[in-house]
Order: sequence, then C-alpha cells, then structure tokens
Amino acid sequence: MINRSDILSTIDMIDNQHLDIRTVTMGISLMDCADTDIHRCADKIYEKITKKAEHLVQTGCAIEKEFGIPIVNKRISVTPIALVAAACNTADYTPVALALDRAAKTCGVNFIGGFSALVQKGFTESDHHLIQSIPEALAATDFLCSSVNVASTRAGINMDAVRLMGETVKKTAELTKESGGMGCAKLVVFANAVEDNPFMAGAFHGVGEPECVINVGVSGPGVVYHALQSCKGKPFDTVAETIKKTAFKITRMGQLVAQEASKRLQVPFGIVDLSLAPTPAVGDSVARILEEMGLEVCGTHGTTAALALLNDAVKKGGVMASNHVGGLSGAFIPVSEDEGMIAAAKSGALHLDKLEAMTCVCSVGLDMIAIPGDTPASTISAIIADEAAIGVTNNKTTAVRVIPAPGKKIGDEIEFGGLLGSAPVMPVHPFSSETFIARGGRIPAPLNSLKN
Amino acid sequence: MRAIVSVVGKDRKGIIAEVCSLLAENGINILDISQTVMQDFFTMIMLIDTDGCDIPFADLGDRLTEKGEELALKIRIQREDIFNAMHRV
Repeated sequence: MINRSDILSTIDMIDNQHLDIRTVTMGISLMDCADTDIHRCADKIYEKITKKAEHLVQTGCAIEKEFGIPIVNKRISVTPIALVAAACNTADYTPVALALDRAAKTCGVNFIGGFSALVQKGFTESDHHLIQSIPEALAATDFLCSSVNVASTRAGINMDAVRLMGETVKKTAELTKESGGMGCAKLVVFANAVEDNPFMAGAFHGVGEPECVINVGVSGPGVVYHALQSCKGKPFDTVAETIKKTAFKITRMGQLVAQEASKRLQVPFGIVDLSLAPTPAVGDSVARILEEMGLEVCGTHGTTAALALLNDAVKKGGVMASNHVGGLSGAFIPVSEDEGMIAAAKSGALHLDKLEAMTCVCSVGLDMIAIPGDTPASTISAIIADEAAIGVTNNKTTAVRVIPAPGKKIGDEIEFGGLLGSAPVMPVHPFSSETFIARGGRIPAPLNSLKN
Repeated sequence: MRAIVSVVGKDRKGIIAEVCSLLAENGINILDISQTVMQDFFTMIMLIDTDGCDIPFADLGDRLTEKGEELALKIRIQREDIFNAMHRV
C-alpha cells in the first residue's frame, strides 16, 4: 500500500490547502458552422456545442467524486468567432454571442470563451465586425468571454487594434456599468495568445486544434505556500527545489484527471496547463507565496525576482509530470482574484508599474485590475501597448484585462463576486498618451538575435 | 478497482467495526488496514477492492460520508490512482 503519510498529505492538501483542478475545458471547433445567414449560423453553433459538451459537466462531477478532488470549473472554448462568422452577410455578431451563452447554460458550464479575433497583423472585415460587437455581446450575455490578439513576436504590434481595444474596453465598461463594469472582466487583450489555453477569459479553440479536445488547468498556490513554510530562512536553492517537487505532485493529479476525462468523454486529451491560479479565498494566494519568501508585502523591491523563481520552478516541476504541457503555464497575478494581491494593493505597496514589471517574468499580464472610470481610452490603449511590447520582445504571452470602473475613483472598491473577487481601484498615470496612440499603424516585429 | 478509504477524527470504541461492517454489507473486500491513535486522534487508512461492490462507487461514497457524520468522523473514499499519480514517479 502507498505510504500512509503520503495519503494523509494528499488529503490535507485537498482539505486545508485548496488543492483543486481549476478547470476542465472542452475545446470545440466551430469551423463547420459557417453560414451566410447569421441566425442559421447561430443555430448550428448551439446544436454543435450542446451535442459535443452534453456530458462534460456530468463527467467532471463523476471524476470529482471518485478521486475526491474538486474540479472547480467546467468550461468550453470555441473557434474564434471572427473566423466562424466571416461568411455571415451582417455586421452585428450579437446573435452568435447569444447562442454561445445559451449553449453554455444548457451544458451547465460557467464560462464559454472564443468570442475572439486574431488581428496581430491586420483586420479582416469580420474582425472589425466582431470587435465592434464585443461591448453589446458582453452586456447581453452572462457566461460569454471575449479575447482579441493584437500582437505577436512574428508580426509585431497592430497599433490600430490597440487603439480600437482601448475604446472597446471603455465602451464595454459603459454598457455594463450596472454591474461595476463586469463586462471588462470577460474581455482580454492578448499578445502572443495561445491556442490551447483552458483558462478564462482568454480561452479560445485555435485553428491548429483538433475537432474537439480536453484541456485541463491545475491550481494550487495554497499547496506551494504551505510547502514553503517548511523552508523558512533556507537559501533559494531549497526554495526552488521545494516548489518544483510540489508543482510535480499538483500536475500529476491534473494529468490523471485530464486523461480520465478524455477517456470517458471519448475526446482527445490536449494539454495540462501548469498555471498557479489563485482565488480570493484566504490561503490560496500567489502574493502570499512571494511574501513567504521573505517580502514584507507583495509589490516591494524583490517581488519580481521572487516571482521569476516561482514561475520557473513551477514549470520545471510540472513539465515532467505531464506528457503534454501547454496553455499559459505559469503563475497568474490577477489582482482581484488573489487575496494577498488585494491586500497589497490596498496597503499601497503594489502599483500598476510594479505589476507591469512582474508580467515580464510570469504568465500572462495585467489581470483583473480596476482603474478609475474616467481613465481615457488612449491611456488604456497605451497600457495594452506596453504589455504587448513586453510579450512581443520576450517571446511570451502577455495580456491586459483592466476594468475602468464606471463612476469609481482611486481607493474605491468594486465587487465582482465568486472567483472574480473584488478589486480596489488603482491609480494610472495622469499624463496623456493620446498623441502616441493616435498614430496607429504597426510596430514592426522585433529582432530576435543580438539579444541584450 | 482499488480504492483508499480514510477515516479521521476523535477516537471512540467500535470505529473499525462500524466501517468494516458497512464495507462488508456492500460486498467489499479489505486488502490492507493501517490505523493509529495519536493524542485521541484516530486515523485509519484502508486499501479496498471494489470489484465485488453491489452499488455504484458514488453511492458507496455517500454511504461512507453518512456513516462518518453519524460517528462524528470524516470518512472518505478515493480511487487509489490519485495517490499513485501524486507520490510515485
């Protein structure tokens, strides 16, 4: 029999350290749903999703019960709608958004992602239609998530798209002002977006993906935090080793669940995403891991180095535990979804500039950050441009998910509830980027040699 | 299928008897048991074989949970695979 202390340690991780599978996400190709009539297209989409994902939630729950491990979210990602709806002879894609939302509700999943466009090098007409439809689509739906890729290392940064997305974020906040700008929590602007990401709001089913696929995102900041408590005062070599071992265990569990789900649903297994995804629950925070390494508050000097170590060790430990690793794979630093980040932001230790620096060494980017409602669209675009530049130059995925909270000022708080948490409104630089953003065009792809 | 039943909580008389009876009633064979009491805190780990079980796995889990509530203990059942995956390379 397996060692009893190993059995008890697994049980303790689940009971007391918030170990869980964060998401089992089914990716579904909607390429065959194209139609010149948008309503027919929407009907085909609804039919296909509800058929493919019919047993997703039920299977997830059964696995949860047999393994005794919580699977927090069951989700669906679909082909970027700008591609699927390109054949439609209409400019308003809201009917498709409504069909996706309805399908999510029928299947019982809590988010569906893929109201997306990939415009890193330029727009098709359909990309324009989709981006123009985003504010309305997010305001009219509950579970729909949207993402737009505006830059890539190979293509550079599409600054026209950056400008447009700043305006789109503002308009989305305006249309969802009743819920504190909730629509913006479901809208991500990417650079180097990945095709197999299981996490929302940025998940979509890429064009290189199969017909249908199962991707799994693991979690476990609480487990890492707990493991680090046993190496107080020890050198960083020990810290890195401890994180690696913990990440290995967490990921092995993710791999097991992914294979089981794939077998039961008769859908190929895609990837395990090695991300450390925090929740607003106490004891499930990435910020607290950084503080456990010896920082008084997350955001102070040393935070970037601590995060770089964490991110790298998580990948090194996790990569051996799964036969296919993909998605975003790294530590997430969403402010509103992380109890320690919220506290650090409230205490004044954590600012937007430090968060931007942190995104250079970890997964994704400026995530779930509330900014004042009167922030100009051009400032949001400039924030997106900065993040995109970091991603494009460093060959990594970066993203921006900011919420210009309508009517709110610095120091106010907005509450999203559930996994999305609450966020203190953080200051942005008051100086204008208007003329910079007004230029438009493209920032060329960076040179990938002569590195310095 | 092999599974691990874990029982954790305050010690009292007859815990093993109660849990084993419930398992036997449902046609389950116990392959291994390990049990300790530390400062009144009872921990038991059982390796079982569910092949002869006459009810679905999920129902067995519910019955064990109910029994745990009755005895003021935490009883759970999990497939052995999860522990193998996590602790064996």
